[in-house]
Amino acid sequence: MNDSHRLELENIRITLNDAPLVELDTRIGPGEVLTVMGPSGSGKSTLLAFVAGFMAPAFQATGQVRLDGHDITRLPAERRGIGLLFQDPLLFPHLSVAGNLRFGMPRATRNRAGRVEAALGEIGLAGFGDRDPATLSGGQKARVALMRLLLSEPCAVLLDEPFAGLDTHLRHEMRQLVFTRLREAGLPSLLVTHDREDAEDAGGTLIELSA
Amino acid sequence: MILRLAPALIVTLLVGPILAGLAMAILPAFGYLPALGGNAFSLAPWRQLFAQPGLWRSVAISLASGLVTTAVSLVVVLLFQAAATGSRLDHWIRRLVSPLLSIPHAAAAFGLAFLIAPSGLMARLVSPGLTGWERPPDLLIVQDPWGLSLMAGLIIKEIPFLLLMSLAALPQLDPQRRVAIARSLGYRPTIAWLKVVAPVLYPLIRLPVYAVIAYATSVVDVALILGPTLPPTLSVSILTWFNDPDLSRRFMASAGAVLQLGVTASALATWWCLERLVARLGRGWINRGGRQSGEQPLRLVGKGLILFAALTAFVGIGSLALNSVAGFWRFPDALPQGFTAAHWLRAVPALSRPVTSTAIIAAASTLIAVVLTLAALENEQRTGHPPAQGRLLSALGLLYLPLIVPQIAFLFGLVVVMESLGTRPQHGLVIFGHLLFVLPYVFLSLSEAYRRFDPRWSRLALTLGASRNATFWRVRLPMLTAPLLTAMAVGLAVSIGQYLPTQLLGAGRVSTVTTEAVALAAGGNRRVIGVWALVQACLPLVGFTIAIGLPRLIWSQRRGMRGVP
Repeated sequence: MNDSHRLELENIRITLNDAPLVELDTRIGPGEVLTVMGPSGSGKSTLLAFVAGFMAPAFQATGQVRLDGHDITRLPAERRGIGLLFQDPLLFPHLSVAGNLRFGMPRATRNRAGRVEAALGEIGLAGFGDRDPATLSGGQKARVALMRLLLSEPCAVLLDEPFAGLDTHLRHEMRQLVFTRLREAGLPSLLVTHDREDAEDAGGTLIELSA
Repeated sequence: MILRLAPALIVTLLVGPILAGLAMAILPAFGYLPALGGNAFSLAPWRQLFAQPGLWRSVAISLASGLVTTAVSLVVVLLFQAAATGSRLDHWIRRLVSPLLSIPHAAAAFGLAFLIAPSGLMARLVSPGLTGWERPPDLLIVQDPWGLSLMAGLIIKEIPFLLLMSLAALPQLDPQRRVAIARSLGYRPTIAWLKVVAPVLYPLIRLPVYAVIAYATSVVDVALILGPTLPPTLSVSILTWFNDPDLSRRFMASAGAVLQLGVTASALATWWCLERLVARLGRGWINRGGRQSGEQPLRLVGKGLILFAALTAFVGIGSLALNSVAGFWRFPDALPQGFTAAHWLRAVPALSRPVTSTAIIAAASTLIAVVLTLAALENEQRTGHPPAQGRLLSALGLLYLPLIVPQIAFLFGLVVVMESLGTRPQHGLVIFGHLLFVLPYVFLSLSEAYRRFDPRWSRLALTLGASRNATFWRVRLPMLTAPLLTAMAVGLAVSIGQYLPTQLLGAGRVSTVTTEAVALAAGGNRRVIGVWALVQACLPLVGFTIAIGLPRLIWSQRRGMRGVP
């Protein structure tokens, strides 16, 4: 998990009906977090959707997204190797906690059960594998969501206001956990938020979009 | 990709047979049907048709039953929602909507007949005390010449349909807030609902309303049970001519089918004019700004009417049950002197084949419909086109086509097409015929949930590396278990209730519970009818019970799956 990855956003320009929305040219190194801030309507969600491969057809974009040197701009979302962390934990309600963790594990993974158990231990939820995700607390859900993301072994991560849904006391703790784990895994991350504290805790470059 | 073909396939499946069927009704109507020796165009079928005694009365009754049924059902549904939204009655009725809707038309019609007939339950309850009747009065209540009992039978069934359609459309209108604003301006709740919610709700349920008009002008099975006989409704007359051993009468039947098309179209046109008129009057009523007057009576009527209708339907089904186990039952007695299982025991051997047929046809047509619907909806998700952007299926009108073109107008033609293709009447053909009507309902029932499904779930699955197919099988499908099963239950119920497609495409050789039950209507043996109609009413309930129970069973350990998504 400790390979180092880099994500390059080259001359990205997203337009809606010929009106420019986002312009960006930057690179994110291993373990770095690039924070993009801006009010709603500034196009930060569209930027995420573009990098992840979900942009609505109404938008047009030029430029290249390069992951470890490979151009992934035209790849479908499931083959980009880019993980996503949403504002809500979005644990699949029809799967157990362990089932959620297993969902994203690559097929070739050996000793899946052992990995799942170990991962649960790391986030203080040892023995929670068979639980219904609906019975977890907000903080526990967020941690499972993070672990699910890491177990899917992405090469880069997009964070879509992942702390906005948490209580204040949990938010700081969760930020530390997320940024530490991402740094340890050597993953380049793109964080969009409107919370300045997120940006401060992330510690990386900050780009502000205007409305 | 196969998925991409799904929308086109659905449209072809729905539109193709209807167009072919209509064409093969119109050609013989003008004398052209080489198979029966009609090689030249002529107006003879029409002259023969117009010479039929009582034709215009048939037409008038068909037209009237379409308009009256729809108007009454719509008024009841709107007044109920205006008067009862949020009340305990509202909660109660909402739970009853699905089972009420699942009762086949024929079973509900028999239930009503058993209730209101001169020797029916109602007459018994008030006799001889109130009426002084010691024997059943000689009154033509069921099958009355004005078609009133026919309309009543249809109204009982169309109320739950329109109510369900309104309930599905309402959430996007945010009715609570609208009413709250109006109330803060001094409007009483019922008046407020009628003035600020009803006018925006109506356009959303216009297509279902048109479907009710079309259905009520051309229905066959209910008309065979409750409709007038001398002359019967136009649709029943057409069926009689078509089944006449004298094959040359088929030309006249075809002319009748075209006339039926015209009758339904006139009913729709009349309704359209009424819409304008009501809109104009309604605008005046809203503009006058009355806030209070009429609240109490409206409230009373709104709650009372629907209660009356629901009660009638259920007591009707109850009287089916009562009749099916009744022993000797003297007239003014409210209850039979004894109960017996004899009618059931006698019917069981005869039941098994039709029940099996019914189940096979319903399961097959529903399964095909569900697969096609899922493929089309999944394709819509993958291509990322929102349904409104001029796509084939977004034109909801196409889905409603089989519900708005009268069955009797195109099914004959379809039979002719199939005969000329050399297809023998079999289960397969009947399944195909049912699919025409099952598919729209399954699609309408499932598309809502599918399109509202939070797109983040599938995006999440994709970013976790799952393929699009895996996302469908492992995320979307399991999470949509409940709406999927409901759509299947709807499909089964629609198929089970079909009379005309089974009768015509099966050429009388495929018998289902519905065709058997309707065939018993002429005989008038109440005990036997009670057994068959009750079986018919209960079959769809099996589907709905599974649709409600199975998700609870599967997801008993998953709290998040109750009420998701």
